[in-house]
Amino acid sequence: MKIFRNILDSVKPNFEKGGKLEKYYPAYDAFETFLFVPGHTANTGAHIRDAIDLKRTMVTVILAMVPALLFGIWNTGYQHFLALGQPDATFLEMITFGAIKVLPIVVVSYAVGLGVEFIFGIINGHSINEGFLVTGMLIPLCLPVGIPLWMVAVATLFAVVIGKEVFGGTGMNIINVALTARAFLFFAYPTLMSGDKVWIDTTLASGETMADGYTGATLLAQSTESATTYVNAAGVQYTDIFSSAFMGTIPGSIGETSTLAILLGAALLIYTGIASWRIILSGVVGAFVMGLIFNAFAVNPFMEVPAINQLVFGGFAFGIVFMATDPVTASQTNRGKWIYGFLIGIFSIMIRVFNPAYPEGVMLAILFMNIMAPLIDHYVIQGNISKRLKRVKVAA
Amino acid sequence: MYIETITMSKEIKIKRGKDIRLVGSADKINANALHAETVALKPSDFIGIRPKMLVKEGDVVKAGTPLFFDKNHENVKFVAPLSGTVAEIKRGAKRVILEVIIKADKETVYEKHNVADVKGMNGEQVKEVMMASGLWPMVRQRPFDVIANPNEEPKAIFISAFDSSPLAPDYDFILHGQDTAFQAGIEAISKLTAGKVHLNVRGNVKADDVFINAKGVQINKFTGPHPAGNVGVQMHHVDPIGKGESIWFVNPQDVATIGKFFISGQFDASRIIALAGSEVSTPKYYRTVLGAPASTILNGNTKEGSKRFISGNILTGTRIEDNGYVGFYDHQISVLPENHEPEFFGWIAPNFGKWSASRALFSWLTPNKEYKLDTKMNGEERAYVVTGQYEAVFPFEIYPQQLVKSIMIDDVESMEELGIYEVAPEDFALCEVVCTSKMPVQSIVRNGLEKLRIESL
Repeated sequence: MKIFRNILDSVKPNFEKGGKLEKYYPAYDAFETFLFVPGHTANTGAHIRDAIDLKRTMVTVILAMVPALLFGIWNTGYQHFLALGQPDATFLEMITFGAIKVLPIVVVSYAVGLGVEFIFGIINGHSINEGFLVTGMLIPLCLPVGIPLWMVAVATLFAVVIGKEVFGGTGMNIINVALTARAFLFFAYPTLMSGDKVWIDTTLASGETMADGYTGATLLAQSTESATTYVNAAGVQYTDIFSSAFMGTIPGSIGETSTLAILLGAALLIYTGIASWRIILSGVVGAFVMGLIFNAFAVNPFMEVPAINQLVFGGFAFGIVFMATDPVTASQTNRGKWIYGFLIGIFSIMIRVFNPAYPEGVMLAILFMNIMAPLIDHYVIQGNISKRLKRVKVAA
Repeated sequence: MYIETITMSKEIKIKRGKDIRLVGSADKINANALHAETVALKPSDFIGIRPKMLVKEGDVVKAGTPLFFDKNHENVKFVAPLSGTVAEIKRGAKRVILEVIIKADKETVYEKHNVADVKGMNGEQVKEVMMASGLWPMVRQRPFDVIANPNEEPKAIFISAFDSSPLAPDYDFILHGQDTAFQAGIEAISKLTAGKVHLNVRGNVKADDVFINAKGVQINKFTGPHPAGNVGVQMHHVDPIGKGESIWFVNPQDVATIGKFFISGQFDASRIIALAGSEVSTPKYYRTVLGAPASTILNGNTKEGSKRFISGNILTGTRIEDNGYVGFYDHQISVLPENHEPEFFGWIAPNFGKWSASRALFSWLTPNKEYKLDTKMNGEERAYVVTGQYEAVFPFEIYPQQLVKSIMIDDVESMEELGIYEVAPEDFALCEVVCTSKMPVQSIVRNGLEKLRIESL
């Protein structure tokens, strides 16, 4: 650690005012504050400060995503060997295959996103914010494994520039950055983002892709046919679809399949208070209620899907835990959070069932509610204002 | 015997807030501070005044002689706490007066005022006497958290008989035995309002007799964590302020000082001050005077190492040097460790010794542990990302983050609607402490209040 300090101190003059590399100071600052929390002390106001900062907050969220990432890596391998008809492949083979497929997506996402952040930081002369540390992990986890890397790069670029930097950077964006990336890909390259061929990587050892002979459809796609019978990649019927979907041994986006892994992350986020339990809880209730309503008025197989299964299918769990709770784009008032989460739940299932042309409704539901969140807050706050006015009048 | 009936005493439970437990609260021992060879009045303690000097260097003054007045309210005088000679009028940039320093006599000589029995006086007479004698600055007001505007009439007066902030002085201990002076003070200030005088005590412990036996007041009981002791919180829950209204408030020790004046006719600036904090060897209380030099209290009673000296409490106090002076509104000196050592991967390290309101660190495992905290920011300032943090420590029916944002963008109408008239910077001190984005919340709130106050003139 002494070495790092010495290196930093020796190059620092170049980046300070008057130095050769003055305009690259934000880049230097990012590295310095990454290695060392600066020793500056409180100048105004309270003389003691909480030990938490934005870096700590973001790293806790990343930690919460680790179970989903690890499971996603394994599941990528598992689905691959299942589709190839080699269900006896070892755990190590599955992990290795998954890692080879998933980690490059993670690397590309971080490299492009952080690159954009550094460039904007240097151009605008502001310090580089930590927001992308989370976004950079969210993007890979919400994409199908078959996604070409160049598309990951383009989507990340689009999302960070158009979704965030044009609004002023971290904390200023209106819609969730990771979902912006996903939505961009979904509308620009629908064939590579949906259908039956993108969820399972069937690249053979020879480098060719196995095109047929397996079932690549997600449970949601299969729900249009039947609410009870689902088959896995090998064409074998699941014995207990709820358990399989809960555990996550199903095809889907990299991080979304295992509700269990997501719940582990949710537990950490709720316990540390970093994600709003109000949003998660009301979202789950909303989705469940919508599922029950559909069950009651079911006229097609998709509406018959048991409400409890709706919660573990597709990207709902991942979206409500990691995307809907993004504090920048969610409602900011506690009452608003209840409404916001509940409506995300309702709309997720509604879009999913009424418009099966989309592979999943949760993305659109969250993006829509991101736009609506300021409106919800506006009315909540107006309510508070008029309540206080009335109270003062009564007291007087 | 005549017992005054106290009507409508309220019991209020404050739910949101946070008690930060720190090492070094003052033991209940009264020591004598060294004799103050100099005392100082700092115009910067009085927000919004425009001081105009009445004395010059070399002038001989008595305790209670006016040193300067406020050009906005010319009758409001600021007086010498002790007799002596004006040693120095210290000025800063643009000739702003920083300190008026008096070299004190060995024996204090007082200005004599003829005071009639306060019971027979009316509000205007009490006001006149208090302004002329230098007591008026002890009466402050909400909105704006400044010296009370003598041209207005408040709808009530609040006295918080306890301070809930970390390492705060205990007014039950400080005022113990000063029943006569305290009651005389209550009688004087109650003349200033047609409304009630609210005396707010802790609900979960028995307050000292000086408070319990006070007459002519409504005693309200508050339980719950800090900031339950802030007058702003108490007003919000007992008698909220609307636009155009004001409530005045007085510190309990200042009530006793006012009382002593109405008994003796002289400005007795003696005051008990707590010395607290992890860097104090034996934290305790000291008998001293208003405006005393910190050195007469510190006097070798601090530990080795780099330290920060604070006049007031650690949430709202003012940083001073060890040769500085205690502020007019401060009843405490706090001493914290200070270092500027960067911390290697500090944002990811477990940081066991550090305190956090969040569970992303580990201090929640030991809620009763007393922490030794330094003055580090523990991170850099960022745009707002996290929400809901302020609400958890802000016991008002007000949206704190939205109010702070409305001040940042200078939106006067929103500030008013969101409740700025009810709050003061001190009410936001915990918000500032827990803020992930390290926003300077108290100074933002002060800027907003000053903007509105200046517009209202």
